[in-house]
Amino acid sequence: MSDTKPTMPIPVTKRSQGLLRRVMKNPVGLVSLGFILLIFGLALFGGLLAPHDPNLSDARLILAPASADHPLGTDPSGRDVLSRLLVATQISLFAATLALVVALVIGVLAGLVAGYYKGWIDGVFGWITALTISMPGIIILLAARTIIGPSVWLAMLVFGVLMSPSFYRLVYASVSAVREELYVDAARVSGLSDGRIISRHILGVVRAPIIIQSAMILGIAVAIQSGLEFLGLGDTRVPTWGGMLSDGFAAMYRAPILMLWPSLAIGLTSIALTLFANVLRDELERSGGILRRRKKGAQAAEKRSRQGDPVLVHGEDAHSARRTGEVLLDVSNLHVGYDQPDGSLVEVVRGVDLTIRRGEVHGLIGESGSGKSQTSFAILGLLPSGGRVVDGSVVFEGVQLANADADAYATVRGTRMAYIPQEPMSNLDPMFTIGSQLTEPLRKTQGMDKKAATKKALALLARVGIPDPQRTFDAYPHQISGGMAQRVLIAGAVSSDPDLLIADEPTTALDVTIQAEVLDLIRDLQQDYDMAVLLVTHNFGVVADLCDRVSVMREGKIIETGPVRGIFADPQHAYTQSLLDAMLEDSAPRPPLTQGARS
Amino acid sequence: MARFIVRRVLSRVVLLFAITTLAFILLYAGSGDIARRIVGQTATAEQVAARAAELGLDRPVLEQYVSWLGNAVTGNLGRSWFSGQLVLDGVASRMAVTLSLVIGATIISALLAVALGVWAALARGVVDRVIQFLTVLGMAVPGFLVAVGLVLVFALQLGWFRATGFTPFAQDPGGWVRSVTLPIAALAVGGVSAATQQIRGSVIDALQRDYVRTLRSRGLDTRSVVFKHVLRNSIGPALAILNVQFVGMLGGAVIVEQVFALPGLGQLSVAATLQGDIPIVMGLVLATAAIVVVVNLAIDLAQAFLNPKVRLA
Amino acid sequence: MTTPLLDVRDLDVIYPARGGAKPFHALKKVSLDILPGETVGLVGESGSGKTTLGRAVLGLAPVSAGSIAFDGRDISHLSRRARRPLARDLQVVFQDPYSSLNPSMTIEQILAEPLTANGVEGKAARDRVRGLLDRVHLPADAANRLPKEFSGGQRQRIAIARALALDPKLIVCDEAVSALDLSTQARVLDLFIEIQEATGVAYLFVTHDLAVVRHVSHRVAVLYRGEIVESGPGAQVTLHPEHPYTQRLFMAAPVPDPDRQQQRREARRELLAAQASGAPGGGATAAQ
Repeated sequence: MSDTKPTMPIPVTKRSQGLLRRVMKNPVGLVSLGFILLIFGLALFGGLLAPHDPNLSDARLILAPASADHPLGTDPSGRDVLSRLLVATQISLFAATLALVVALVIGVLAGLVAGYYKGWIDGVFGWITALTISMPGIIILLAARTIIGPSVWLAMLVFGVLMSPSFYRLVYASVSAVREELYVDAARVSGLSDGRIISRHILGVVRAPIIIQSAMILGIAVAIQSGLEFLGLGDTRVPTWGGMLSDGFAAMYRAPILMLWPSLAIGLTSIALTLFANVLRDELERSGGILRRRKKGAQAAEKRSRQGDPVLVHGEDAHSARRTGEVLLDVSNLHVGYDQPDGSLVEVVRGVDLTIRRGEVHGLIGESGSGKSQTSFAILGLLPSGGRVVDGSVVFEGVQLANADADAYATVRGTRMAYIPQEPMSNLDPMFTIGSQLTEPLRKTQGMDKKAATKKALALLARVGIPDPQRTFDAYPHQISGGMAQRVLIAGAVSSDPDLLIADEPTTALDVTIQAEVLDLIRDLQQDYDMAVLLVTHNFGVVADLCDRVSVMREGKIIETGPVRGIFADPQHAYTQSLLDAMLEDSAPRPPLTQGARS
Repeated sequence: MARFIVRRVLSRVVLLFAITTLAFILLYAGSGDIARRIVGQTATAEQVAARAAELGLDRPVLEQYVSWLGNAVTGNLGRSWFSGQLVLDGVASRMAVTLSLVIGATIISALLAVALGVWAALARGVVDRVIQFLTVLGMAVPGFLVAVGLVLVFALQLGWFRATGFTPFAQDPGGWVRSVTLPIAALAVGGVSAATQQIRGSVIDALQRDYVRTLRSRGLDTRSVVFKHVLRNSIGPALAILNVQFVGMLGGAVIVEQVFALPGLGQLSVAATLQGDIPIVMGLVLATAAIVVVVNLAIDLAQAFLNPKVRLA
Repeated sequence: MTTPLLDVRDLDVIYPARGGAKPFHALKKVSLDILPGETVGLVGESGSGKTTLGRAVLGLAPVSAGSIAFDGRDISHLSRRARRPLARDLQVVFQDPYSSLNPSMTIEQILAEPLTANGVEGKAARDRVRGLLDRVHLPADAANRLPKEFSGGQRQRIAIARALALDPKLIVCDEAVSALDLSTQARVLDLFIEIQEATGVAYLFVTHDLAVVRHVSHRVAVLYRGEIVESGPGAQVTLHPEHPYTQRLFMAAPVPDPDRQQQRREARRELLAAQASGAPGGGATAAQ
């Protein structure tokens, strides 16, 4: 631990691919992006390709069929359908783009300013938002048309204003969130100006969501504009998709084919934009997932290299010899893995052997990512989605639980095996009272009626040291403190008089004074109920306080196990030794600063 | 809770007031020479002025607004400039058609979306991917295109339903069903899709909550946890999306009514807009805003009631 | 007697009322000083106001009353602009090594940010970044990586390097090792001490962890519900606490030895019984 310590190596990982490239690799993304580019290309240059004047009526050619001169035929007024379609593409798309640009400029600028500085813009946009969600956009556009007339451009300008809150809210939320990030605080402490903070730290975060939202808004603008034109509210001299559809609809009985082209244009453009936005969003979300997977993968690779180390087992001592009753839980060669989308398997628990006897308190200690929580979830049969027991056995009171179905667990969970989680608050359903969450399992697993279950729940709340059980029973989770919530969860766990209690970091989220009380409570209950306890923790002090035996876990395996006194006094494995050495509880206090101590 | 209700109701009333004020001022101040448009291009200047005076259009906009508001509070929304019909009568007679479409589509959306959303979230895999893809398509295709497609297939080709026209329920229930089925279907496609995605997302989210694992550890099976706790926690987001969908469908109804030639608010508003019949447009704005405000308020209060943090505050 | 580098006098921080909630009085009449090159540990449980004190010193929390003087100059009500030059002398290391580094910037960009903001550019900045990485024992090729490629402990080293970039006189360490695993935690703490001995920087070390505070602090202050209830040399406060709350706090932390923990448990029970019966210092327990 001196200056000469070598620099630490960093595993080499591949830089992630650009978002656009990943979208292109997705077939749906590629096709939809291709279509969007094609249709915008037509919009740009289509007018030049149009063989005829789109508004030229030829009375001799009303509803003429397709011919060399008129590849798509003519409409009821004798105008060339292909020419109209090409020009309409330009007008419809550009008008929709106008709406998008207006919405973008207003929404993004206001969102950046309001999100960073808060203030009155928030109020103004609150009102515009309230207005737009209180009135269907088309009604506002109808009302606006009485003032602004039939111009599709003006209509889309108004629509852009109406859509600006969707960008505003997006940017505002992103900026508000980023503003709370510690790296923005760090930038402020480093003396960066607001402008630099926005451009360096904030714009990058909102860019991708803005692109996604833009595709959606463009699609909506195309749809609503076509709808307006379809209603016949547009300028009849200007060809648009919706106007063409309207013309075709009027001639529905004579020439239904006329509806096909504008319908395809409107439908495919909307679909392509929406699909593109969806693929983009999926890829954006997945990029978060890839990170996590890669991290797990890296750990797993590291793990494999250390396979084959024997578990160091300590002999029994006078204290632990009292706990040599019948074997309650026997885990052997347990492997837990997560299936990856690419078909591979990442193992997080790799061959754990663990024996817990009746009435024994067994500590499972390890650092983050060691697989200790995964082991306990596997025993409970409550692995997160995607996780499964790959190999090995979990025998609890003679029943094999590894990969057992719901029926096997029905006789175990909530009756003979119970669980105390780490985070008190998130483990209570916010929508139900404490009382209902305690009595529901009692009625289900113990067949109690409501009255008996209530009585038992109140008694349990009193037992775990809650001062006013009836009040807590009637309370909702948000009305009680974290320490109280943890007591409630303990009451719920012991309500079935279990043989085995699995406590996953039961005090990690608590303040140290509350931790001491909760540890006392678990100790008392363990003695009252004569339960076995599997205590998952990273804290050697907690192990010393409660446990008879302890197993040290690292990288998915148990490396050392035995009576707690033996392991603390005489750790055999280098890793256990290093963990104990890293404990600061017994380190000497730093002496006061003397003038000589400074350089 | 009582304070919450009062605050919400007040803020909605203020919002309604603000919308109508804004609409009135913009419509009356922005529409140029209204009297000229009513009497036509051939009328003399005297005729125009006389008409303007008759309708009170020569007064300042604010003054006109105050008198409109005074009348509106008593239920008098004026008369159409062109047909002379009472605005209130015109709006009220068409409201039933539009509301039956929108409410029907909302109920169908809610039921289907809960079923599909929960199914997709629980089944995952192929079922999930198919439902997801269909709902993305459903959200992408504009409602009026769906309406046009339905007319073509079911009314023109198959002849199962009437393409156009409306039969009041009181007159012939069977005919009513035949006349509203296709319009409701056209309206509901987008709503079902959006709500399904939302419900699927919130169920998946709720399933991953810590308390679900804890409840299962106490011996509750997945089914009862899903149907009691997960659904209960998903109601809030589901109501929020239905609220948004309701407003969207109210707008969609304008176009769908036109496709099926149903005598609803949509038809009235298109005609009024083309003519520049501002009293009718004003009546429509007020009616639409009032409906939305009432629905918003109902959903807001329902959500507040369902959320103990708000209910007990 | 050396003049204090940081001198906090009778500091009050009140967070204004928001959305129906009452104003929150996070700190009440807090006084604290730090000498150049000294580590002052600030220990307390959740809601004690310890993080608020650190943020107030950094200008990230509102000062309602009292004063904060740095290097003899009052900084309690500086504007953002006026505060900017202070970045050279006053820096921060946050708790969460994941959100304290912008995930889309390379390590070099992160470390160069305070340098360029203070006029160090180009080659000088790049050389300085290399020096900083070396200072925290990270290889030079770390400069071109993104934060996600590093473990929690390594990220915290990067955060320390960023804090050191401008050779500050004081670093506020807000739970700087709390999110780290035990073995990593010890190594990062030793890095803090090593840097202090080499550069003479002072630390305000905010933490809930009593063992950490004992290990790094020359002096310790105990914060309880917005007030400092006890302060003094590390050895005195952490081994022979006088205030009833400090006593309870220190007795509550379990020691990693089954037999000694059993004794401590019993001692704690006796202490609680004595405090409850109003024996030594029972006045403060009445607040419970």
